[in-house]
Amino acid sequence: MQEVETKPSGVTRWLQSLRNWARKRSLWLLHMNTGSCNGCDIEILAALTSRLDAERFGVKLVGSPRHADIMMCTGAVTLTMVDALRKTYEQIPEPKFVVVVGSCGSTGGVYKGGYNTFDGVDKIIPVDLYIPGCPPKPEAIIMGVAKLIEKMEEER
Amino acid sequence: MNEEQTSFNIGPQHPALKEPETFRVIVEGERVVKAEAILGHTHRGIEKMAESRDYNKTLYLAERICGICSFAHNANFARAVEFVADVKVPKRAEFLRVLVAELERLHSHLLWLGVLAHEIGFDTFYILVWNDRETIMDLLETLTGNRVNYGMNRIGGVRFDLNDEIKKIMRDKIEEFKPRLEKIRDVVLNSKTIIARTNGVGRISKDLARKTCVTGPTARSSGIDWDLRRDEPYFIYEQLDFNVPISDRGDVYSKIILRVKELFESIKIIEQVLDLIPSGKIFQDVRGRFEGKAVSRIEAPRGENFHYVEFRKSKNPYRLKVRAPTYANVVSSVEALVGHHIADIPVIVAANDPCFSCTDRTLIIDRDKGRYQIMSARDLRKLSVETTKEVMQ
Repeated sequence: MQEVETKPSGVTRWLQSLRNWARKRSLWLLHMNTGSCNGCDIEILAALTSRLDAERFGVKLVGSPRHADIMMCTGAVTLTMVDALRKTYEQIPEPKFVVVVGSCGSTGGVYKGGYNTFDGVDKIIPVDLYIPGCPPKPEAIIMGVAKLIEKMEEER
Repeated sequence: MNEEQTSFNIGPQHPALKEPETFRVIVEGERVVKAEAILGHTHRGIEKMAESRDYNKTLYLAERICGICSFAHNANFARAVEFVADVKVPKRAEFLRVLVAELERLHSHLLWLGVLAHEIGFDTFYILVWNDRETIMDLLETLTGNRVNYGMNRIGGVRFDLNDEIKKIMRDKIEEFKPRLEKIRDVVLNSKTIIARTNGVGRISKDLARKTCVTGPTARSSGIDWDLRRDEPYFIYEQLDFNVPISDRGDVYSKIILRVKELFESIKIIEQVLDLIPSGKIFQDVRGRFEGKAVSRIEAPRGENFHYVEFRKSKNPYRLKVRAPTYANVVSSVEALVGHHIADIPVIVAANDPCFSCTDRTLIIDRDKGRYQIMSARDLRKLSVETTKEVMQ
């Protein structure tokens, strides 16, 4: 079958911008620990609880991958978590975004070269955004999510 | 497994907090008949990695064994290497180590209290406790420059010093923190929700505690009077005056009260450290290659933390062996699950302050009928919250 490139009509573009506008105000977050030391995990929660309260941006922690928009991964991926990571990623409905929090999820960090770790989440699944730090401060995590929203706006 | 029994897995991925772990639970109706823990999802091979790094680099690796009790691992490894190198750590450094260790205990216990409140569906208390916890995180950040992995220790001492300005900030914040801690105590003692969901739940008897070798607050809540800070004093704990709270009930509620009592003791220790801290050097320079082996044990927030190091005329450790408290405590929580409802699973597992709670994707498989059901963490937590509502009516 021959693929035909079609230019989106005005109505479609308008609908797309409406979709993006609606999406960026209610990002639901799935937290996935792929073998981290818990440092990043407690900082993600610190970003979501009272002091910084990321929920005011519509960011909310959910339990099931099927409800999530963003998957927040922490930790250099260990061998036993590879399958769980892939399965969880596949369960998230489109459009989905993957954010990696922490140095070891981005590059391997201190665990680089270990026999039981992959050096980073991007070896397994595509990643949209990296937040470096060991662990990043909650402010940095919120800034990362804000950058992701900017990125989503560009995508329209 | 007979026809009425159902088996399901909890984990490894879960949303609430912490590490991925799997629990395989067999239930009869709503009651748990058998449970087992499947560990090892966060095995990163740290002990092997340590063998190819020198002791200064391993210090940072040891800190990242656990992000919540990072200081305990870091200080424990430093202490073990100091034994091998035969270095005398300056007094001021030991005071500073105790200061950070107790601040860490405060933040870890508050974190645990919030998580437990979240598991029983008492989110107001969770948010309240986590707000108070930020005060402690600020103090840690003021002193060390980081909120979680402090990088406080070096072999032979500590890296960051306390000056009068920081001392004043600490005194002020601790003074400010005390009334809030009293409020937390009042909530814990009087809240009907907490009592209804935790009193008598997940009881670990003294015999079971001994059999499963539990440590830390889990052991003390089951009547085992053992605290390394008092019984085998390290750093400068023998100069300080504090009590070790103990309870013999062994259920989740007694663990909450015990940890709140420990919070008050930690405050007491911090105030004494700020009063007694001597002036002087904060580290002793350590260089070269070592030979020998040493064991160091210190009381982390969750229990006894064990490090063994061996050097053979080298800078890299020939062997590093770590035993963290959760590994000891998880067996007892698995035993404690038997006889309780599915809705109590998150509470009981979280009660031992493991580095994981059980939520997320729960797969219910009925092997005999070939029927399976996927239960999300959300459902599991919803079940827990609904139980709270039912109990409260």
